Amino acid sequence: MSKHVVVIGGGVAGMEAAGQLSKYGFEVSLVEKEKTTGGHLNDWHKLFPDRRSSTEVKEYLDGIILNKGINVLTNTTIEKFNKNRNTFSITTSGGTEMTADAVIVATGFELFRSSRKEEYGYGIYDNVITSSDLEEMFRNDRILMSNGDVPSTIGIVHCVGSRDEKVGNLYCSKLCCVTAVKQAIEIREHLPQSKVFCFYMDMRMGGAHYEELYREAQEEWGVSFIRGKVSEAGETIHNRLVIKVEDTLAGRPLKMELDLLVLMAGMEMSDGGKKIAVSAGLNTGDNRFFAATDNHYGSNRSNIDGIFYAGTCTAPMNITETISHARAAVSEVMDYLNDGKK
Amino acid sequence: MKQEGKKAIWSEYQKDIAEDEYFYVRSCIRQNFFPGSEVAFLRIMRDVLKKDVYEHPCHTTCSGIGYHGDIVPVETAMTVVARQFALMTEAGYTNYVPSCITSFGLYTEILDTWHHFPEVEKKVREQLKKATGREFEKPKNLAHASDVIYKFRKEIAAKAKYKLINKETGEPLKVVDHIGCHYAKMFPSKGVGGAEYPYVLTGMVEEWGGNVVDYPERRHCCGFGFRQYLVQANRGFSVACSKEKFESMKPFKPDMIITNCPGCPMFLDRWQYVINEMEGKRYGQNGQGIPVFTYEEVAGLVLGYDPWDLGLQMHQTDCEPVLEKMGIEYDPDKKFNTDPIAKKVDARQLVNV
Repeated sequence: MSKHVVVIGGGVAGMEAAGQLSKYGFEVSLVEKEKTTGGHLNDWHKLFPDRRSSTEVKEYLDGIILNKGINVLTNTTIEKFNKNRNTFSITTSGGTEMTADAVIVATGFELFRSSRKEEYGYGIYDNVITSSDLEEMFRNDRILMSNGDVPSTIGIVHCVGSRDEKVGNLYCSKLCCVTAVKQAIEIREHLPQSKVFCFYMDMRMGGAHYEELYREAQEEWGVSFIRGKVSEAGETIHNRLVIKVEDTLAGRPLKMELDLLVLMAGMEMSDGGKKIAVSAGLNTGDNRFFAATDNHYGSNRSNIDGIFYAGTCTAPMNITETISHARAAVSEVMDYLNDGKK
Repeated sequence: MKQEGKKAIWSEYQKDIAEDEYFYVRSCIRQNFFPGSEVAFLRIMRDVLKKDVYEHPCHTTCSGIGYHGDIVPVETAMTVVARQFALMTEAGYTNYVPSCITSFGLYTEILDTWHHFPEVEKKVREQLKKATGREFEKPKNLAHASDVIYKFRKEIAAKAKYKLINKETGEPLKVVDHIGCHYAKMFPSKGVGGAEYPYVLTGMVEEWGGNVVDYPERRHCCGFGFRQYLVQANRGFSVACSKEKFESMKPFKPDMIITNCPGCPMFLDRWQYVINEMEGKRYGQNGQGIPVFTYEEVAGLVLGYDPWDLGLQMHQTDCEPVLEKMGIEYDPDKKFNTDPIAKKVDARQLVNV
């Protein structure tokens, strides 16, 4: 009889892990709280650094989980979670009771709630939006201000909710810089007459082809990069945004009017992950993500035998890293279930 | 602009404000700048709201003005503040209400420092004991006087004789609310509404019939900024700060400005005159300035107090445009011919503490 593995979270990591487990002959249940699998991939239009369509990656992931005998439970959350001697008893919100030999937690991340950075006025000023909102505009092929006008001057704020002691997030979300660069290029593609300004603390382009994309944004698309944090946003009587920022390279304060301000929301531990952490007794770190037992050679391992982590529930990572991490989690599960512990 | 977004933030920043029995400490400078305001606060609290407000004759400066002016070390400031708390303790009160925003900020900062560094509190207690023989309890509740008026804004509205409404048009007056920097910018959780969208004055304005104007430079300093003004060479910068605000608010055509800090009404009021002298510019309607008020003055006007009893004749930018709009009855001939409203205090009646 094959071993049963429950994967909690149906985003990129969970889908990849479920697909790989199924391929290796495990009985797999994939639990997803939303009505469909795919996680944040569903909200993104194109992916960095090559600007391929997100649907291509989604199609790959669908291909490895659909019609593969995987028990996919959408619109479902975990209500009860108990560890017995060698198995886990899991009860879902739909009342399904499952016994698992191992569990992969792939609860992912949530975007930082940008209204917490009150000084930027998200949720208050009409033309302050997030990177996620902008992706939706790209998807609909309509980049418009709240009054329906086409914006001509657009600002992008990096590090919203990341590297920020004030909101309690000291860590770098790692992907916002390259997302900003990608989105700046896409804005210029959609609106060739527009001017785009990126306000950054440091440009952290630490991924394959990221630096090249950054250079392309400057040389081919004329995006302006200004090193400095936006301190506040306001609104004129004509509903134009006014921001204050310090240009730390020029050594002077700037005040400028914008039509649209895009906030690069960082990544935070998901609420679902927090709930699982409490119910299963899993350790979390100072950054509130799940704490792996070893940062170098045990990044998939939890403090409870039989529970493993996959993807951004442990730290911000891109899709490439997430898929690799999920595959590594499957490898850990196989070791665990086959080496005599079970 | 989405008002519900602001409401969501306001709901996150509420604070406990004591119901009664306040130990009130005055500002060093307000009695010179706007002498009717603190008296108005006491009249409203005692006569209208029937609250117990105690003033101790021996209280001094909190030394915040020197602390933020870089001439008083923090340890000295802490010991002075400890003495203020000792006076409160000796008088049998636990709810501390400073009139001054900078005092409120300093008290907040010191209580927070003592919370995180109890050894500092211990040292200050020892210093106070050695210097004065006094001991103290920390306040159970610390609220700025504007917090207290905010708490009772509905009760004041219920007794209002006038509203912040243009009598001719029936439209709400457009009010710029200017919050003192030391109110919540250092400790957002200690201010009603937080630091970015403070609600303490907005709540009063809305309750009394007006509409608050959100303009780009609303967070900007009034121009006092201590070293900007206290250092004479920096005073040009002080005027420039105020001018930045006036230029930013002018397109919104505000009817008035309401403030909750000792310095802000002073500088927003006086510098309008100075800018007019320097550049011939006025920022109000019909070639007039924008009248500037303290929240006590506005509360007093709403309750029907005589404008000259409130000391509005001390304003350099005329207040009359607002009086006219609100339909307030007043005698222009008495503007500079008023009897002192505060009863003379016989020094011999003061408690010898």
